[in-house]
Amino acid sequence: MELQLTEDQEAFVSTTRRFLAAECPTTAVRALELDPAGFDPEVWARGAALGWTSLLVPEARGGGSLSEHGLSDLVLVAEEMGRLVAPGPLVPVNVVAETVGRHGSPTQCDEVLPSLLDGSAVAAWCGERPVPGRRDGDRIVLDGTSTPIEAGAQAAHLLVTVDLAEGPTQVLVPAGTEGVAVTPLAGLDLVRRFATVHFEGAAVDAAAVVGRVGDAAAAVDRQRQVACVLQCAETVGAMDQVFDMTLEYLGDRYSFGRPLSSYQALKHRLADDKTWLEASHAIASAAARAVAEERADADEMVSAAKVWIGPHATELVQDCIQLHGGIGVTWEHDLHLYLRRVTVNRAAHGTPEDHADRIATLLMGVPA
Amino acid sequence: MTVNGNGNDTGAATTEDLEPVEDFRARARTWLAGNMPPLGDGWNDRSDERRERERELQGRLWAGGFAGICFPKEYGGLGLTTDHQRAFTAESAPYDMPFSLNVPTLGILAATLVEFGTHEQKLRHLPPILRGEELWVQFLSEPSGGSDLAGCLTRADRDGDVFILNGSKIWSSAAYASDWAMCLARTNWDVPKHRGLTMFIMKIHQPGVTVEQIRQVDGTLEFCQEFFDDVPIPASDVVGEVDDGWTVASRLLVHERLAVGGGSPYTSGASASHDSGGADSTMVDAAREAGREADPHVRRLVAEAHVRQLVAGQLVRRITGGMATGAMPPPAGSIIKLFGATNVMRRTEIGLEIAGGSVVAWPEGDPGVGAQLGANSLSRQGVSLGGGSNEIQRNIISERVLGMPREAAADREIPYREVRRGGSGR
Ligand SMILES: Cc1cc2nc3c(=O)[nH]c(=O)nc-3n(C[C@H](O)[C@H](O)[C@H](O)COP(=O)(O)OP(=O)(O)OC[C@H]3O[C@@H](n4cnc5c(N)ncnc54)[C@H](O)[C@@H]3O)c2cc1C
Repeated sequence: MELQLTEDQEAFVSTTRRFLAAECPTTAVRALELDPAGFDPEVWARGAALGWTSLLVPEARGGGSLSEHGLSDLVLVAEEMGRLVAPGPLVPVNVVAETVGRHGSPTQCDEVLPSLLDGSAVAAWCGERPVPGRRDGDRIVLDGTSTPIEAGAQAAHLLVTVDLAEGPTQVLVPAGTEGVAVTPLAGLDLVRRFATVHFEGAAVDAAAVVGRVGDAAAAVDRQRQVACVLQCAETVGAMDQVFDMTLEYLGDRYSFGRPLSSYQALKHRLADDKTWLEASHAIASAAARAVAEERADADEMVSAAKVWIGPHATELVQDCIQLHGGIGVTWEHDLHLYLRRVTVNRAAHGTPEDHADRIATLLMGVPA
Repeated sequence: MTVNGNGNDTGAATTEDLEPVEDFRARARTWLAGNMPPLGDGWNDRSDERRERERELQGRLWAGGFAGICFPKEYGGLGLTTDHQRAFTAESAPYDMPFSLNVPTLGILAATLVEFGTHEQKLRHLPPILRGEELWVQFLSEPSGGSDLAGCLTRADRDGDVFILNGSKIWSSAAYASDWAMCLARTNWDVPKHRGLTMFIMKIHQPGVTVEQIRQVDGTLEFCQEFFDDVPIPASDVVGEVDDGWTVASRLLVHERLAVGGGSPYTSGASASHDSGGADSTMVDAAREAGREADPHVRRLVAEAHVRQLVAGQLVRRITGGMATGAMPPPAGSIIKLFGATNVMRRTEIGLEIAGGSVVAWPEGDPGVGAQLGANSLSRQGVSLGGGSNEIQRNIISERVLGMPREAAADREIPYREVRRGGSGR
């Protein structure tokens, strides 16, 4: 999180934090372990009423932000959710809502946005990898697979990139469309649900196209950037919480007649962890600013954040588990909830290795 | 009141009175283009010629009205804000700048003088410093130890209007070619160690001071050891209060960590090592030289090195910004210092990996990028020691940022003359 927030943002953070503490403590997260959706729709709708799904949507379309760029506000929600490993499809819903709000037709906005904004429905973003497709008269026919897709089985709308002869094209596919088969997947996170979406001759008409045919490349870039920025903010929130828990634990627990926190070997580990944590905050915020302001270096900053944060998050949480001792590797302790979340975030929306290669390409081109 | 990165008043009445940052930036851009030479290969050279050239470059900044952006106007500075300084630094990236004056002269010693110097001391030294006429060094570390700075043994005994200095300082970089020093010495042996120290301004080259150069691993002779033999120092050259030198030294160290980490408001132009990435193409060059741009492993290493530079820049911004508003305590400067040092460690290893066999041998007089990376790796640990070791930074972060218990010490609350001492490394 930025060290300096506006007054509005400070208030927003504390409302969000209070709401999450009351509605989504880790006991509630654990209670959703076997829930097919992995989140409570009623709690999600109340979160939506606090603004969780409307910050990236223009005011004219029912959204609105606190500061100049809604993304700078939304990362605050993501970070707070990370602190409590909270459930809820924050990334896909916001990515889809922003896209529809920016590029959708009036009809699409009317049909899709109200239910996303009030939290009564959720949407899935089928990722940046396009699904093969073809034109059939006025219709677009999809044949391919997207996986793993967050909230795929819960979504009322799927935002899909289709590979057409004219270029990448995005379409909104209503759940239940003929030829669309959604298979829920098992996963590492207790409450974050993913699914495989198969398209087999699934057809949508021209009205389903978001923006213009063949013209979705920039929108897809933006979606990847926004997804990564939210994900990084969430991860940093999780790291921050685990770090605080560990610092407190080392002060309370004793060995050889003195607190663990008095041993230099352990103090130095926390000093390193603190340094990585601050660096993670710094690059996550920088990426959020670059994407919010739609700067030319947005892609580079996002990939830098993904490269830096992914492995440092898992390493920090693993180190904190080590510092907790045996209790750290039990089911009953919350540490594994955090480890699951940061491990999933490290690998989703591009691994650190994928993003490192993007940076390498920026620096020295594509290998022959 | 306009406040710079260290919470000091820079002398400007209100922000409205100041030249808008973007106007300043535009003016700086034009001036730089007309007056400063482009950044060449020699910027990192540590020769005497280079040092003299940097004095001259600093003189140009002064003549052009761009020296000491965050220094008080009264003492020759511009009295502007860190935003102005950052704008200037960004604009100056393509140009050769007096990089080595930044640390320690401007970023550490001049900064400490701004904070603790008397009006006369500041009038006497700050304008010449900003003109490039005075190079300063720190006389802190001693042969008996550098980490335990408050345990120093160099003594200054009062004799009327002067103090008489005896002892030895070591590891002072480039003292032989510099002009002035801040020297920490013990003035009272009957009180616990932190309470009997005094900070002095001293001329380096004067009777009673012997400066010996020490050869470093890379063959250069920058390191120095000084021997003091009854050197008289006027009492008017005490910085801060007598016996309160620890207060001054502690702040000096905060300035040092900021400056070394690239976050000082008092420097002019970022050295390429703190650059936010673009200008530092060493790893890419090394990968090309080795013909390994397509090797997926090498691509990852090049990317990691670049990402670390980007992260370092953002961390500096975050921590220094936090220190300016009070969201971060002053000891948080150690986070920057530790990050910078461990970054050098990792980037050095990345360099060795990319360079491969080219570090072994090369045509006489023609070392490639890989060979240079190999040679640089010999002094990899330098940044992890200079300005306080990584271990000391970790102590500071854990104790003074995180509030963990302090290390046990056998020398607290007893008169310093009773404290046990060990051998000296040299
Ligand atoms: C490139 C460079 C430039 C320098 N420039 C200057 C200069 O201009 N002026 C100046 O005065 N000095 C300078 N120094 C000296 C530097 O400040 C000292 O080297 C440093 O503070 C360490 O002191 P030392 O060398 O005596 O090592 P020691 O203090 O003897 O430490 C030896 C090892 O023990 C560790 N250690 C010591 N105490 C503790 C502890 N309490 N807990 C855990 N670990 C500990 C240290 O981290 C280190 O690894 C420079 C050093 C370098 C490398």
